[in-house]
Amino acid sequence: MAPLADYLILSGVLFSIGAAGVFVRRNLITILLSIEIMLNAVNLTFVAFGRALGAVDGQIIVFFVMTVAAAEAAVGLAIVISLFRHRESLNPDTFTNLKW
Amino acid sequence: MAPEALFYVFGAVAVIASLAVIGQRNPIYSVLLLIASFGALSGLYVLLDAPFVAVIQIIVYAGAIMVLFLFVVMLLNAPHEDTDYDERVHPLLRPGPMRFGAALAVALLAELGWALTRGETGDFGTASVPSVAAIGRALFTDYAFAFEVTSVLILVAMVGAVVLARRDAPGGR
Repeated sequence: MAPLADYLILSGVLFSIGAAGVFVRRNLITILLSIEIMLNAVNLTFVAFGRALGAVDGQIIVFFVMTVAAAEAAVGLAIVISLFRHRESLNPDTFTNLKW
Repeated sequence: MAPEALFYVFGAVAVIASLAVIGQRNPIYSVLLLIASFGALSGLYVLLDAPFVAVIQIIVYAGAIMVLFLFVVMLLNAPHEDTDYDERVHPLLRPGPMRFGAALAVALLAELGWALTRGETGDFGTASVPSVAAIGRALFTDYAFAFEVTSVLILVAMVGAVVLARRDAPGGR
């Protein structure tokens, strides 16, 4: 079995990719996808530590993270649809006003 | 194949697919590549003796959440980042704030790598592996309150999504 540190490094790499995606991409849907990458990187850390400690809590926290991710995706995509109806664009630089 | 080799195979697939997700112009390809990345992560969960998480990763994440994303991408019918500038310059090669953001992400990666290579390699040892039955028992005893709060959260998200995404009625609200 690969050592725990390898799983943590893989998780760190995935988290950095997700963070880079949030910074670099200018498309609301891709930004939401990058957030999902980061959530999954954290999930991998939880499961790896849960396995190392022989504890059940890691997997339960992953269950809750997935639930919150589902809620976040549903609300986030509803906001994206609503914004797209107003401006016909998915570029976040378009949405700089608080009110229109 | 040995589990060690499988770890590196799944890890490589996850990293390459995730990189392709953020390097891709067409959101539909991004979503499909992210599903591939989630499949690889699910394999990693199997290697970590967590079959429950592996299965809900496929069913909930790849099956439900990503289909929701795919549905929205197709509904909006706006596959590309749509300014002229976006057409000319690849997203990962842009100057200014985006390069700064990419530099921040690289710095984060370097710091994580530095921190993680300090300590011991941390073998998994012989700790016992919790079964699915143990997960269910903990979920409905120790975590029962959090579980119920989660159901309220999903209800709120459902109502919020319906309210946010509805079309305004012709005569105002």
